[in-house]
Amino acid sequence: MLLIKCPWCGERDHTEFTYGGDASVSRVRPAAQAPPAAWHDYVYLRDNPLGRHLELWHHTASCRRWITVERDTLSHAITASVPAGDRSGSGER
Amino acid sequence: MSQPFRNREGGLIDRGRTIGFSFDGKHYEGHPGDTLASALLANGVRVVGRSYKYHRPRGVLTAGPEEPTALVRLGERGRAEPNTRATMVELHDGLAAESQNRWPSLAFDLGAVNGLLAPLLPAGFYYKTFMAPPGGWKLYEKIIRRAAGLGTAPREPDPDVYEKHHAHCDVLVVGGGPAGLAAALAAARAGARVILADETAALGGQLKRERMTIEGKPALDWVAGAVAELAGMAEARLLLRTTAFGYYDHNLVALCERVADHLAVPPPYTPRQRLWLVRAREVVLATGAIERPLVFAGNDRPGVMLANAARAYVNQFAVRPGLTAVVCTNNGDAYRSAADLADAGVRVAAVVDARPGAAGPLEARAREKGIEILAGHGVVAAHGRGQVRSVEAMALDAHGVPGGRSRTLACDLVAVSGGWSPSVHLHSQSGGRLDYDETLAAFVAGASKQRARSAGAARGQYTLRAALADGFESGAAAARAAGFGSSTVPPIPRVEKEAEVRLRPLWSAMPAAGRKGKRFVDIQDDVTAEDVALAAREGYVSVEHLKRYTTLGMGTDQGKTANLNGLTIMAQLRGLPIPSVGTTTFRPPYTPVSFGALAGREVGKAFQPIRRSAMHEWHEEQGAVFVEAGLWLRPRYYPRGREDMRAAAAREAKHVREAVGLVDVSTLGKIDISGRDAAEFLDRVYVNGWKTLAVGKSRYGLMLREDGIAFDDGTTSRVGESRYFMTTTTANAAKVLAHLEYYLQVAWPELKVQATSVTEEWAAMALAGPRSRAVLARLADIDVSDAALPFMGVRDCRIAGLPARVFRISFSGELAYEINVPADWGRSVWEAAMSAGRAEDIIAYGTEAMGTLRIEKGHVAGGELNGQTTPQDLGLGHLVSTKKDFIGKALLARPGLQDPERPRLVGLAPSDGKTRIRAGAHIVVEASGAGSAIGHVSSSAWSPTLGHPIALALVAGGLARKGETLYASFPLKGEVVAVGVSDSVFVDPEGKRLHG
Repeated sequence: MLLIKCPWCGERDHTEFTYGGDASVSRVRPAAQAPPAAWHDYVYLRDNPLGRHLELWHHTASCRRWITVERDTLSHAITASVPAGDRSGSGER
Repeated sequence: MSQPFRNREGGLIDRGRTIGFSFDGKHYEGHPGDTLASALLANGVRVVGRSYKYHRPRGVLTAGPEEPTALVRLGERGRAEPNTRATMVELHDGLAAESQNRWPSLAFDLGAVNGLLAPLLPAGFYYKTFMAPPGGWKLYEKIIRRAAGLGTAPREPDPDVYEKHHAHCDVLVVGGGPAGLAAALAAARAGARVILADETAALGGQLKRERMTIEGKPALDWVAGAVAELAGMAEARLLLRTTAFGYYDHNLVALCERVADHLAVPPPYTPRQRLWLVRAREVVLATGAIERPLVFAGNDRPGVMLANAARAYVNQFAVRPGLTAVVCTNNGDAYRSAADLADAGVRVAAVVDARPGAAGPLEARAREKGIEILAGHGVVAAHGRGQVRSVEAMALDAHGVPGGRSRTLACDLVAVSGGWSPSVHLHSQSGGRLDYDETLAAFVAGASKQRARSAGAARGQYTLRAALADGFESGAAAARAAGFGSSTVPPIPRVEKEAEVRLRPLWSAMPAAGRKGKRFVDIQDDVTAEDVALAAREGYVSVEHLKRYTTLGMGTDQGKTANLNGLTIMAQLRGLPIPSVGTTTFRPPYTPVSFGALAGREVGKAFQPIRRSAMHEWHEEQGAVFVEAGLWLRPRYYPRGREDMRAAAAREAKHVREAVGLVDVSTLGKIDISGRDAAEFLDRVYVNGWKTLAVGKSRYGLMLREDGIAFDDGTTSRVGESRYFMTTTTANAAKVLAHLEYYLQVAWPELKVQATSVTEEWAAMALAGPRSRAVLARLADIDVSDAALPFMGVRDCRIAGLPARVFRISFSGELAYEINVPADWGRSVWEAAMSAGRAEDIIAYGTEAMGTLRIEKGHVAGGELNGQTTPQDLGLGHLVSTKKDFIGKALLARPGLQDPERPRLVGLAPSDGKTRIRAGAHIVVEASGAGSAIGHVSSSAWSPTLGHPIALALVAGGLARKGETLYASFPLKGEVVAVGVSDSVFVDPEGKRLHG
């Protein structure tokens, strides 16, 4: 069971969170006029990387904030977590 | 004589007290400190069960958690527990144990005929024998399931309580032997918060089984000192009878504490077991090692026992596990057993040692005791019916092949040792690497992946001195890593010098010429060396295939004593070194865990929370029948007399159409949307537009997922300049809120909007029917005329003197009002409405009538919002705005979703005007009911307004098929109903009733 650091609440069991998918894709919604291919990629295509992965988690059972977490899919090491709307950095904090 | 195999002196048992227990209905006696296994052996009970496949008699192989065969059923009725290891069961007064897998009795078991059929039951026989005829497996399975298998599970509910405990610590030490105690001491002395868990009732581990000294005194004195020191420390917690069974990510270790399993009935207010979920900064795995048996013909006979178990029975329990022993080994450690058995009064006929030399201090000590040593020999067969009576030994050549004259040695105990395998289960579960140690011929814990380290025998440090040193060092290192920088390694106490224990890596004697008999590798699953060879011949050479093909290691013991021997044989057959054959994956749990412990308190009514509306008790008082909707309990109908559900729902729905009814709709999701950009946000969330909605007005909204599929619907009202009140379906309330939060926080953080769930804050009721206005006029302190409160209007007011909000919206298709009041006043207002409505003949109605009313009106609900439908499919295409962007717009435009041949919403009625149309039925074109489905029935009801059954369906082509006759096919019931296709709105398609 993962221990996820919420930027607002601190380290919590992952049972408090809901997984929200690949953050590198789903954080940036295409423009309304974007071509269908861009929308298709945004909604359906996800990489399955070995190693570093940016992902969204929703702290549903606590502060209800969406956060972006950097997790290693092999070791499960969590190296960063920031508010999901935070556009200032790229997740490294 | 009682307990004929019990010695008068020695052991860690309390002879001052006698405990009575029964096995297969027969009464026996033992003492506190006994396990069920030691007490049975003390009473000369050697055969304790029958094997899984061949029904061969089986005895006690071990003295610990690795026990494969001494499995019994304990307790009665709801407390009964099958497959319990007799070696781990503490004896208590009134303990009642039964043997398993035998019929009619343990001594005379009809299933033993399977042993004669053995040539027909090789590995993988399921896959080969029962392939034909097609479908025959259904018959075979019943017979095989009865003949094979172990204990039977109880059918009655468990009367006991189980608990869960979440804990945190700096250093978790698993295992309370010398290494674990040393680690706990070092860490606790450094100031770390320590939890030490051991699966037995007393700390000391292997020291309980040995006759060793520390600082010149019995080793258990040192153990007692360590335990006293730890017990006196505020930050150290000792957990006895507690098994660490699972190692999960981020250093979460699951432990099962058997709080009251050693008692017949748990004391008041005490759980039977407690599940600990420990999040540890650092973990020390001092889990010890497990001895391996040897493989020879008849090695499963009762009386064949691990050498260290034989030593444990004489040293810890003062029980002689036999009268005459032969020790059979490939290493020096078993000589300790030979000496201890001899000193305890067991005649040791010989030590059969696979090593040619057999020189060393332990070996010399055995010789001094007059024990014969057959060096360079192996046991090729054990003989005897029921239990072992003799063994045959032969000389082994350089390749381990037996030859020459065989020698028969009479005995009733064969103490076997194939060396030791470190208990790397938790280490491997945690992701740690396994390294093969050639000297020990075993996999030892290598590099850890998580914040853990192994210590002592778990890391191949087998001598007491090495285990203590490793434990102290690991404990100190763990404390340092957990932030207790000043921790130092305590000095190692003085212990006797131990001889190096060398091993000849030879476990499996080749079958001697002319000798028959099964050579068991996994004696729980009845897997033999021949089965492994068969798997190799047939190509199942990978260890994972070997396991699944032969069932090696798949029993309740997970092959703790079997796996290494199995893969050693496979390595020999393939001519490969052992490490390149590898091991199967270690998975939790280490030993079986009861479902009770995993469930904890979350059973029965506490399985999940129950949500009740503010009016719940009123519904109960009126005799409502409830239905679960998510976590909610909702009144489904209010039966009158002997009315069933269909009759009650029809009556209630008809009454609403003709007079007035009140329904509890508190369960709808309610979300407060406020902020400067609220209208813009709603515009993006719903397919339809919101910027023109005036304050004091409601609007129906449909929201999609980003893929263009309908997600949820409901009415949203503008209750202030920049404040909206959104409702969602009951089922999707939580999902919609998460969806809104996602877009507000992730996609559009620039929007100034706050979304807050207010579902629990409001009690809601819908007042529906032609006479609803008359009732509301009596209740509310505002003008409720059509002019003052028009359709889709919203007004704040007071009802029965209490603040309320009234929405003129309708789900039923009737003139209707939804009344929201702060939840605490829900029941007062409900009762006020019921009494105000008395003159108008008001009734309360439930969700079943509500569903009937909405189907008559063709409103969509869960059956239609099924995650596959678009607005056009639902007949709501007219809502979709072309002037703005909204969630799902881009992908809704896909040609596939715009295809007019998609299944679309229609109404259905039976052509004969009476036959019910089942929800879920397939819609087909052919009258036979055959052929491909072109759609399905999504909702179905009996319409009291029309007087016949109706249904909503999603049918390819939709209303283009209006007037056609199709067939609703329900093959499970063999039903085919001819149906006519119509509009989905059956009642008042012009909506006159709404606007009245």
